[in-house]
Amino acid sequence: MRVLVTGASGMLGRATATALIERGDDVTVLQRRPASLPCREVLGDVADPGVVASAVTGQDTVVHLAAKVDVTGRWAEYERANVTGTRVVVDACRRAGVRRLVHVSSPSVAHGGAALVGVGAGPADPARARGHYSRSKAAAEREALAADSAGLAVLVVRPHLVWGPGDTQLVERVVERARAGRLPVIGSGAALIDTTYVDNAADALVAAVDAAVHGEALVVSNGEPRPVAEVIARLCRAAGVPAPRRRVPVPVAWGAGAVVEGVWAATRRRDTPPLTRFLAEQLSTAHWFDQRRTRSVLRWTPRVGLEEGFTRLAAAYAPG
Amino acid sequence: MVTAPPSVPPGLPGLDPAWSRHLTVADATGTKHEWHLLDNGVAEPVGTLLCVHGNPTWSYLWRRLLAAAPPGWRVIAPDQLGMGFSERLTGPRPLAQRVADLGDLTAALGVTGPVVTVGHDWGGVISLGWALQHRAQLRGVVLGNTAVAMPEGDLGPALIRLAHAPGVRAAVTVGTPVFVRATTALSWPPLPAAVRDAFAAPYGTPARRRSVGDFVADIPFSPGHPSRAAQEQVAEGIRDLDVPALLMWGPRDPVFGERYLADLQERLPQAQLHRFEGASHLLPEDAPQYADAIAQWVTDLDAPAPAAPPAQAPTGHLWSALTARADDDSPAVVEVGGGTVSWAQLHRRVEHLAAGLAGAGIRPGHRVALLVEPSADLTACVYAVWRAGAVIVVADKGLGLAGMRRALRSAGVDAVIGGAPGLAAARLMRLPGLRIAAGRVPGAQHSLAELEARGATAAPPPASPADADCAVLFTSGATGPAKGVVYTQRQALAQLELVRSTYRLSPEDRLVAAFAPFAILGPALGIGSAVPDVDVTEPASLTAATLADAAAAVGGTVVFASPAALRRVVATAAELTADQRTALGRVRLLMSAGAPVPLALLTALRAVLPAAEAHTPYGMTEALPVTDVTAEEIAAAGPGDGVCVGRPLPGVEVRVSPLTPLGAADGPLTADPGTTGEVCVRGPHVKDRYDALWITERAASRDPGWHRTGDVGHLDDAGRLWIEGRLPHVVTTAAGAVTPVGVEQRLEALDAVSAAAVVGVGPAGAQVVVAVVVPATGGPRRLGLADPELADAVRQAAGTELAAVLVDRRLPVDIRHQSKVDRRAVAGQAARLLAGARR
Repeated sequence: MRVLVTGASGMLGRATATALIERGDDVTVLQRRPASLPCREVLGDVADPGVVASAVTGQDTVVHLAAKVDVTGRWAEYERANVTGTRVVVDACRRAGVRRLVHVSSPSVAHGGAALVGVGAGPADPARARGHYSRSKAAAEREALAADSAGLAVLVVRPHLVWGPGDTQLVERVVERARAGRLPVIGSGAALIDTTYVDNAADALVAAVDAAVHGEALVVSNGEPRPVAEVIARLCRAAGVPAPRRRVPVPVAWGAGAVVEGVWAATRRRDTPPLTRFLAEQLSTAHWFDQRRTRSVLRWTPRVGLEEGFTRLAAAYAPG
Repeated sequence: MVTAPPSVPPGLPGLDPAWSRHLTVADATGTKHEWHLLDNGVAEPVGTLLCVHGNPTWSYLWRRLLAAAPPGWRVIAPDQLGMGFSERLTGPRPLAQRVADLGDLTAALGVTGPVVTVGHDWGGVISLGWALQHRAQLRGVVLGNTAVAMPEGDLGPALIRLAHAPGVRAAVTVGTPVFVRATTALSWPPLPAAVRDAFAAPYGTPARRRSVGDFVADIPFSPGHPSRAAQEQVAEGIRDLDVPALLMWGPRDPVFGERYLADLQERLPQAQLHRFEGASHLLPEDAPQYADAIAQWVTDLDAPAPAAPPAQAPTGHLWSALTARADDDSPAVVEVGGGTVSWAQLHRRVEHLAAGLAGAGIRPGHRVALLVEPSADLTACVYAVWRAGAVIVVADKGLGLAGMRRALRSAGVDAVIGGAPGLAAARLMRLPGLRIAAGRVPGAQHSLAELEARGATAAPPPASPADADCAVLFTSGATGPAKGVVYTQRQALAQLELVRSTYRLSPEDRLVAAFAPFAILGPALGIGSAVPDVDVTEPASLTAATLADAAAAVGGTVVFASPAALRRVVATAAELTADQRTALGRVRLLMSAGAPVPLALLTALRAVLPAAEAHTPYGMTEALPVTDVTAEEIAAAGPGDGVCVGRPLPGVEVRVSPLTPLGAADGPLTADPGTTGEVCVRGPHVKDRYDALWITERAASRDPGWHRTGDVGHLDDAGRLWIEGRLPHVVTTAAGAVTPVGVEQRLEALDAVSAAAVVGVGPAGAQVVVAVVVPATGGPRRLGLADPELADAVRQAAGTELAAVLVDRRLPVDIRHQSKVDRRAVAGQAARLLAGARR
């Protein structure tokens, strides 16, 4: 099968492309920077129709991961990368007669900040999604699903908090903040959160390439929710940094996040702020999901349990 | 004439527009009327449910019953003329006319086969009027909160009377929507606004409310009322109905209170009853499960009755030992520090008191609430009530006043026996019936002493038959309101026989009741008993020494105790004198009931009661005992998934009903070793039924002859039963059901853990397992995360995946037993914490 993977320079994109290559698919990757994968590579911007058309032509399936994932930045940047980028990919798929599009989204597209306790995948809602990233991904997901048709089967996969060795998003941020002593435990630290070890998320995307199901969104996670403080402590332990001990009450964290956002906006700082309201909320409310439908329709179960994942992460951080 | 709009507005919650239809029907005078009705339209039905609403509701009230209709049953719910979306009337429509109207409608609809009428509020009397005029096709009657007559001495429901007052009625019912709105405001729990709006939808203007006022005016409060004759005809006529009847009642109804229910029960003695605790007047709204219940009930109408188990010849009466020992002057009951009653005295007192009770109007089958502390008086009262053919009603103080009130009011007691505190409580609880004072209590109609004196010269009452009710007891109420459990004399006798044979009790034995209520059992078992010198209101005052003194007083060989009592005995064993040790050394058997007794406690008791074999029966209010286990057997069984409660007793059968992934016990009963399911029990001593809880009884006995216990467990290869928890506490994970007790036991085996509760968090079927432990070193002030070392140790030991390990200073326990962990409360607290904080 000929498969295009967009955004293969990221941790999950790389793992997914690698898994597809290893099982013998004819893989092309598309992203801005070279991914150094043993396959055909197209370099460029997903919002550039010409680049995307050349990458999509001749593909059977497209796995679309390319996105701007961050907590700061202007809406226009998110809109271009995530909304326009997805629209361009969808249009190119339709034009090139691609049979299947696996659109990678985020559980945050469906939720407005309330605790998520064993829920399924609700509809994406840009009006309720919090922050530029979630809002732009919600709009993108709606565009992708709207294209689901007899000719182009669209399946949306929403992996939740993907982590693993080489992770520059979740793991690296947690570890860096912890190392700098800038990562407090917010509230009780007991909120249950689901996470996804990268290999499991990649397996799920490969399963999504093969699955018959389409026209809906599926949340993917390890299905092993843990208290947020425990997840952070285990990541820190694997990375060899002390786990955060300082506690900040939720309202204080929320207020601090608001202040920080204000300062960053007023001073037009471009670096990552130490705390945002979105982050305070993410670190203090439950986010875990009912995985029964996902597992049954994808015929997929996570291969790497949390314990094994932490062990692998520790090995990656080990000196030498 | 104001015409009705053509149809119901769209989008009313729960209402399928396809049910809605209009029909024009001529009455006897040839006048045509336009009806609106809900009709599920089943062709060639096996039966029809004819549902009649009251005032000021409309057929919307029955939407759930239309949705829940059993296969093949047609459900018809008309809007009465002038009401709902039927035509508006120009004048009042009296009761007799409304009954005739309903007949005209069913004729026009071609309702020919069997019919079950369903009525609520003033729809009750109209539906029964139809029933009496269609006896040939009547298959059954169902009534929700309603009335057919004013109970004697009653002036009618106060609220309705108010609405009846001239001036008030017009303003309240017609001129303003107050009455229409107030009716749905009575609902408990409160109705969603959209549902309240739906009820008000047909009654938007005074013109559309005209019949609401006329309906109120048609309630025949006074003898000269034009509808009085028709109402009395129905009220008397239903006494002749020989069809099955079902009463569904909301006890919080401010309109139709308990006396209306009692009146209906008196007129329809065959009626089955379900009281929906907490529900108010609008029963179909407050108790949505009513619809499934009616569906089940009508389905059962045509099901073959299960074959009754072969009736064994009853072995005497509950008071037989008293009769047999009528001339025996040896002690029957010794209250250490109090009096001693001989068998002869007890026999005499019971006979006299029974005759006195009969003289005071206590009839066979009457229910007598006993609000007397454990004492010689209580013992005499229990046996005298039985001797008089009446039924004891016993509610534990552990239910709290509100719980006792619910329980005792549900039992519909005819009399209350109590000391001053008991009768004061009866007044507070507004219990009906005769008041009989134990001691001197002003205001009581009788005293025990007076009845005894009166009874001394009266003829003894005749003995009641074996299948008559003898007791209503109440469950702990740990999971919802306490349930009344009815025993017949036959079942109580079987229970006594089982206890006697299990523990090889002989007349030579002497019983020490370390938990005072057990002293009641001595006379029925035919053995002398002693009660330790402790304040019965302070069970915590029991010590090893007071237990020993009681044993010495009667030469005790058998001790019945609660685990809490045993803990105190062990704790105070050092105070025992040599003589006291000798007295306890003669005890051959220790029986501890009420909650599982930890093996460690049983072992510690060996130092205090060296010769006693320690037994723990397993059972519940509905069936006790079911199994029995000794300390040695528990030790031999070793650790397992749950608490080992031993093998079923002779004559008692145990099966399990396997669990679905969602934690429902739906599987066919099996004795396969290792299969986990709801524990089901069959035996001659199992309860007769739940009281006033038809739905609960139907569900608990849905395998005919078997009682579903609500406990979850499995049988092992050796035939032993292991209890794994309560059915509602089963955790339903995506990987299957997880039962809590086995996990808890593994955690409690850790040195670092002194107590553990295992609960589920999240939606059914996708739950995760959470452990809340009390660390041996003491827990934090508030529920929180365990430290990493403890969390690791707990996860390692659990044997199942735990999403979180939490610590707390103590675990909540239920009020009554002070020993059973309230897992529902634990789950609620854990769920809140693990959902994370709101900002």
